[in-house]
Amino acid sequence: MHLEILAYLSLNYCKYLKKNVLEATTLVNFSCYINTDLLEEFIELASYDAKIELNQLLDLFAVDYPYKKKRFEVNYVFLSIKNIFRVIFKLVLLKDQAITSIAKFYQSSNWLEREVWDMFGIFFYNHPDLRRILTDYGFEGYPLRKDFPITGFKEIRYDDERKKIVLEPIKMTQEFRYFDFATPWN
Amino acid sequence: MELVNYLGEDVFGLKKFRNFTLNFGPQHPAAHGVLRLILELTGEMVFRADPHIGLLHRGTEKLIEFKNYIQALPYFDRLDYVSMMCQEHAYSLAVESLLGCNVPYRAQVIRVMFSEITRILNHLMAVTTHAMDVGALTPFLWGFEEREKLMEFYERVSGARMHAAYIRPGGVALDLPIGMLDDIYIFISQFAYRLNEIEELLTGNRIWKERLVDIGVVTRLDALNLGFSGVMLRGSGVCWDLRKILAYECYDELDFRIPFGSNGDCYDRYLIRMEEMRQSLSIIYQCLNIMPKGFVKVDDRKISPPSRANMKFSMESLIHHFKLYSEGYNIKDGEIYTVVEAPKGEFGVYIRSDDTNKPYRCRIKAPGFLHLQSLDFMSREHMIADVVTIIGTQDIVFGEVDR
Repeated sequence: MHLEILAYLSLNYCKYLKKNVLEATTLVNFSCYINTDLLEEFIELASYDAKIELNQLLDLFAVDYPYKKKRFEVNYVFLSIKNIFRVIFKLVLLKDQAITSIAKFYQSSNWLEREVWDMFGIFFYNHPDLRRILTDYGFEGYPLRKDFPITGFKEIRYDDERKKIVLEPIKMTQEFRYFDFATPWN
Repeated sequence: MELVNYLGEDVFGLKKFRNFTLNFGPQHPAAHGVLRLILELTGEMVFRADPHIGLLHRGTEKLIEFKNYIQALPYFDRLDYVSMMCQEHAYSLAVESLLGCNVPYRAQVIRVMFSEITRILNHLMAVTTHAMDVGALTPFLWGFEEREKLMEFYERVSGARMHAAYIRPGGVALDLPIGMLDDIYIFISQFAYRLNEIEELLTGNRIWKERLVDIGVVTRLDALNLGFSGVMLRGSGVCWDLRKILAYECYDELDFRIPFGSNGDCYDRYLIRMEEMRQSLSIIYQCLNIMPKGFVKVDDRKISPPSRANMKFSMESLIHHFKLYSEGYNIKDGEIYTVVEAPKGEFGVYIRSDDTNKPYRCRIKAPGFLHLQSLDFMSREHMIADVVTIIGTQDIVFGEVDR
């Protein structure tokens, strides 16, 4: 059953897939790189395809690889309830590259895209409402990027004299301690 | 006669009055934590709901990138703090499949048993606080007495009432104490009666039904498109449960049924939660019966620590213990996306490992995040009071929504 769908996907969608083989991570899990420029077209076709039935978009997240030329990898996790399989479509992005929102095909991608925008600064055009979601009002920076320090840049406190909340550059009373226990012998 | 539709426009499409905007939360008791909700109202009718989340954002995913694989585990207790062990379970399964280790059978049964105890723990909280939001206080008091007993089981195996850190990569932390299974048996043999009592108060109750029936209706297609999972999906008539589909651990040997709804309203979801608790009882009962003897963690000193007694006279055990709790273990390049059926829905963990002792990236997929997203959709054209019902039925816990 899954082999059939795999073959179908790689045959009919070879234009969109980077490699024409889908990598099977486990029995019901597949992943595949897709062509970034053709994302919208691909999702539109695949979402209406009655043969594969990608019923749900359950997750959308990015991974940051600062040392690579194409820095970000965005993962779309789709689930087919009918055919019982899960497929992860991956695409790679340059640092300032924007991608299309797929919120008109999968409503669940709305907040997920907002989260990726919030955490990585990947812009989604044609998104209905692209605001930050998890960070504070007026937050600056993209926290899940690898070059964002774990301590952050600003700290917030209530100023008793000015009777308001103030943002200040972070002051550490002690240097941030990072223990790397990795063995030196390999 | 006023010819105004709910948008506040008259028949000619001209704007007559502006919507009233109400700030609900973040300190409202019915907001289940720290939900700030901007409600745009037309009279008492909700026209748009805009949840502002992130008030409990602790940056768990970022913190995990700085911790080794063992240290990252306790963060999972603190995500959804009413279904702790199910999340540890998801993380442990992810790490185990990256390591490629098999878990002993006894550990699997213990894990399943505690996953189901956790499911009861969560649903008791969900149903009874939902009832409290709607106006029935008594089930809440009864339910929390039972939750206390369940948390005692947590305490007896791990030492902590809530944040157990009990299910670990490679098995479980410790073996069950003596007499534990007897006490679980005593618990499950009386718990069904407690459920009956709660159901007697709620299921046929006129007020309860008036508040829940036909409120927050989600059709099958909408539920799929909105990315629902767990009870929210089953309430809309999709019979989908990862315990049956993936049959991870020893779920394929156990006999249980999946309740699903037909109307997709709040009342269906309430009934499903009650039935799931009964099914969980049955699963726990079966686990007690099949509980095998044997190891509770994988017999590989590079993954699971040696016993305390061994460390007293075996130098090698001491070294292994030290290395495990300082360096941890390295996982070679790879990635995995693991899902489990947590009480609230599909809980997913994505780990990207890069040949070091820390995850390169850990993504946590919380079911509540996508459920809360649909609050706008579900509460549209409902009364303000129904928003409270809908938040209750979605079973929102902010630890996992904000992460």
